[in-house]
Amino acid sequence: MTTTTPPTTAAQQFALRRHSPLRRVQHLLHAHPAISPFLVLVISFVVFSTLNPRFASPNSLSLVLQQVAVIGALAVGQTLIILTAGIDLSVGAIAILAMMLAAKLAEGQGLPGGLAIALAIAVGAAAGALNGALVTRLKLPPFIVTLGTLSVFTAVGLLYSEGRSVQATDLPAVLSWTGESFPVGRFRITVGVVAVVLLYLAVGFALAKTAWGRHVYAVGDDKEAARLAGIRVDRVLLSVYVVAGAIYGITAWILIGRAGAASPNAITDANLESITAVVIGGTSLFGGRGAVLGTLLGALIVGFFRSGLSLAGVDDQYRVLAVGLLVILAVAVDQWIRKVRS
Amino acid sequence: MTATTTHTPAGRSGAANSGQRSPVLSARGLVKTFGRVVGLDGVDLDLYPGEVLAVIGDNGAGKSTLIKCLTGALTPDAGELFLEGRPAQFKRPQDARDAGIETVYQTLAVAPALDIASNLFLGREKRRRGVLGSVFRMLDQKGMRREAAQALADLGIGTLQNVAQAVETLSGGQRQAVSVARAAAFGSKVLVLDEPTAALGVKESNQVLRMIEEVRSRGLPVILISHNMPHVFEVADRIHIQRLGRCAGVVTPASHTMPEAVAIMTGATTLAETPGRPAA
Repeated sequence: MTTTTPPTTAAQQFALRRHSPLRRVQHLLHAHPAISPFLVLVISFVVFSTLNPRFASPNSLSLVLQQVAVIGALAVGQTLIILTAGIDLSVGAIAILAMMLAAKLAEGQGLPGGLAIALAIAVGAAAGALNGALVTRLKLPPFIVTLGTLSVFTAVGLLYSEGRSVQATDLPAVLSWTGESFPVGRFRITVGVVAVVLLYLAVGFALAKTAWGRHVYAVGDDKEAARLAGIRVDRVLLSVYVVAGAIYGITAWILIGRAGAASPNAITDANLESITAVVIGGTSLFGGRGAVLGTLLGALIVGFFRSGLSLAGVDDQYRVLAVGLLVILAVAVDQWIRKVRS
Repeated sequence: MTATTTHTPAGRSGAANSGQRSPVLSARGLVKTFGRVVGLDGVDLDLYPGEVLAVIGDNGAGKSTLIKCLTGALTPDAGELFLEGRPAQFKRPQDARDAGIETVYQTLAVAPALDIASNLFLGREKRRRGVLGSVFRMLDQKGMRREAAQALADLGIGTLQNVAQAVETLSGGQRQAVSVARAAAFGSKVLVLDEPTAALGVKESNQVLRMIEEVRSRGLPVILISHNMPHVFEVADRIHIQRLGRCAGVVTPASHTMPEAVAIMTGATTLAETPGRPAA
């Protein structure tokens, strides 16, 4: 805003005033919502490595990646659903159900590993389809649907597995292959981490570069407008729940490798943790706004806080407290940047 | 982008010789009831090539019901629709759209967070050529942006330079312009505008009226629903007056004055009592 003549009228002065530095930040964040989680990630990295230099060591960072992998993968599916202005409380329950079905059949019935993985993905997709059908056919709110299926899937998983874990050593090797690690420079990367990165790339591409992705955003933004524009809203919504379910199925495979066992009591807080990653990553709970890149940053931020605060010798409750504050801050920032006008 | 029919640009003169032309869209004896409420009580309507046909009427006169029956949002109980002389049936809005009838709804069907180009192509995105498009379903973003910029420029909307701008950053008039551009770009036979100036200021309204004239000059006929008599009389070639579920008459800005049209619309007089001046 460079004018050669000084503003003369009150309105002109007001027009200049509008472009304050704060307003510029608001516009910048509006155009690139991933900036704020990225800044938080960089700042927390600097602070935590100052508090304890071991934080930045390849060993420690490799561990963060492995810890983040499971929630990071679930959060990809969660992002898709939140982009449609929905929410999925049954993420962890679907992953556990898919994992226990696949593990029990592979252990007891001798189902080949590859088929067991395919089964886990199919079960995840079917569970997602059930959620999606309840949301689109019965027109129930996603919160209620997934609150119900959270209990249903959890119970079925526990009943089917009789509450017992299956050790990875009793399973075909391919099921725990995601836990295998290999060196990359001085880092140790697991197959599971690679799978998560591929997941982000695939969904990121689908959201940003395909018509399906546009329709997901349009449906989340304004359902009625999308319908009038000729988009089959219910079909898009159903596809989102099915794809998310399939992603939870893939996560089940990553989880077996990470935990070294298929346990029906694993990741009990996965629903809230995945929502946390999505929200800190700048995706709007009101739908239509956000991207998986932000979710990746959000998941990493939570991982950094866990590792950094623990290495700094701080009680883990401070991590819980800090993450809680970050969630509130992230939603407040989202509300602020939504008010942007040219 | 391409009009499938080649109409001659007619403008206002089109109304005078409309008798010799065959209508693009006609309705015969449309009836629509909602329980005991009669929405349409046997309505005829003809839309000729290259004309702007305004539909006016008081609240409850059946304007919206008529338009919804023409665009597939409602299915009439009785009566027939003809598109270019052939019988047509629209069960849902998409049927009418596929047949070449584009509607700009009063509630502007735009996705605020998506950019202008994405909104113009929403629901009919273009894919890249070759493997990228067929296997990876990749969008032709560049092509869509180029065509969107062209479509806006064609309608004389020079103010929207940046088609990568999110629609939510636009003013009401600019959003309306995006909606009209979207409909005009894809509507091959008929463009229906529902109260396009209702929420707009004077300057923005004028911009939309210029767009309507621009669309007409390309030969695309327009049905304009409006409460705003000055706007109707400014751009319409003929005016269809709805009253109590029926057509109270079709007048032109030349044959009747604004107060006369309003009088017929409100039932203060009838077309028989006020035949108006013969068309020039």
